[in-house]
Amino acid sequence: MRVVVDLNKCLGYAQCAFLAPTVFELHGEEALMYDPNPGDATRLKVLRAAAACPVQAILVEHLGDKDESPAS
Amino acid sequence: MIAATKEKVADVVATFKSTGRIVIVGASLAGLRAAEALRKEGFTGHLTIIGDEAEEPYDRPPLSKQVLKGWVPADHTKLPRVREIDAEWLLGEAAVRLDRVNKLVHLAGGDQIPFDRLLIATGTRARQWFNPKEAALDGVYTIRTSNDAARLQEALAAKPGRVLVIGAGFVGSEVASVCRELGLAVTVAERASAPLVGALGGVIGKIAAEMQQDHGVDLRCGIGVKSLEGDDKGHVRRAQLSDDSVVECDVVLTSLGSIRNTEWLEGSGLAAGFWGVGCDAGCRAFDINGVVTDSIFVAGDIARFPHVLYEYQFLTLEHWDNAVLGAAVAAHNMVSLEADRWPHLPLPGFWSGQFGVNIKSVGVCPFGEEILFTQGSVKERRFAAAYGHRGRIVAAVTFNHAKWLDHYAAQIERSAPFPPPPAGFDRPRDMKPVPAEFPDPRVPTSLPTVILTGHDPTERGAEFQARLH
Repeated sequence: MRVVVDLNKCLGYAQCAFLAPTVFELHGEEALMYDPNPGDATRLKVLRAAAACPVQAILVEHLGDKDESPAS
Repeated sequence: MIAATKEKVADVVATFKSTGRIVIVGASLAGLRAAEALRKEGFTGHLTIIGDEAEEPYDRPPLSKQVLKGWVPADHTKLPRVREIDAEWLLGEAAVRLDRVNKLVHLAGGDQIPFDRLLIATGTRARQWFNPKEAALDGVYTIRTSNDAARLQEALAAKPGRVLVIGAGFVGSEVASVCRELGLAVTVAERASAPLVGALGGVIGKIAAEMQQDHGVDLRCGIGVKSLEGDDKGHVRRAQLSDDSVVECDVVLTSLGSIRNTEWLEGSGLAAGFWGVGCDAGCRAFDINGVVTDSIFVAGDIARFPHVLYEYQFLTLEHWDNAVLGAAVAAHNMVSLEADRWPHLPLPGFWSGQFGVNIKSVGVCPFGEEILFTQGSVKERRFAAAYGHRGRIVAAVTFNHAKWLDHYAAQIERSAPFPPPPAGFDRPRDMKPVPAEFPDPRVPTSLPTVILTGHDPTERGAEFQARLH
């Protein structure tokens, strides 16, 4: 699962760090670090974290489980 | 008559939207988001994405943080897709030339890709160490790509005796922070008076310097690195500094800023050079004479566009959201009629996590001459400060005080007065503006210049004058 956080928007409310602590963590008071490719076992938690984010800064890929593989 | 012409133009745009060919050169954040935006705008024609890296688009900010720490593998930062883009991907293929007359992009392998409209989003690359022999020593790294990060992460995981970071901009400072988290000894050498001075000025730089020292970084400012020396196996072991001191080190990160990838546009007749690619605020590229083109657009790190908030000065912004927002505007304008075009007028913003502090900024800090601490406490490294230019607020920076940033963003957008009215809460005792201490921008450079030629309107034009060395 692919995740990206818009850290311009992120204000360190830390809701994600409570809801999916293995994926999102705060360094110090408000610097967010996260796993951009967490395992599918955390999917529900990550979706909850994305929904709970007060500034809606978390983007989770919604194109289904299959990635669109670029043919090179 | 006029109505008929209008209809015709609308028809042309509609036909283009359904059957045109768009080529995007650059397959990173701006290129990907532009492709998605084009489909969202209803473009159903042929879409080609060209990128010189073999990987599909990935996010770079985690590379100098989560990845180096060893938490996230370097190839795990691929960007989430927001919609299907049904594009032809030409990855691992560098564009080497643009033929504007025949509307072709030439690839390194010899292929020529035709386009009706082109988006240039080739971004930047890491500036390499000036001495190629020394740069080739084992243990000398730069960090820009996912491969760079993978190699450096491996080197840090091997517990080197000491890491030398050359250059204390954001990336260099973030890497120094990770080194300390990993328990590694680290020396940072910075030619300016303090870290982050170019972006945030000397007053904030002093605070950044204290943060580094408090975390055990051996910080050397006002110092250059003269040379890197290797052992007989060709692995870097020490660095000679400009004050004649020597640093013993097993890993060197050269973090010397970025170079814009515009070489492939040489000879194309576009306003492209070391400064980026000149364009209007609607992302349309300028030709070398500063005349706007109709079919070539620019987005991301290399787009140099005029910004109304900053006296219409041309800015390039190597910021994450500038790539995202610029891509959306460029894509929209590529498939829209003149009256429907959007301007790309973002309020610039960036962030950096280092030494447990979240540094965020809005506006263009170096545009200000003065700085005023408006909230919080410098001592606790939890504060907001505003930058002023001729009596108005033009930027703000926060250290662990991000929740206040929108307040300042709104003031900057309104060109509110500087010093700003005191916040109603958490005011520092001493609220006097002081010089922000940015380096003098008038230092001489040896960069190429543009000369004007011709006298008649039919001959008048600009030409590049080659670099002198």
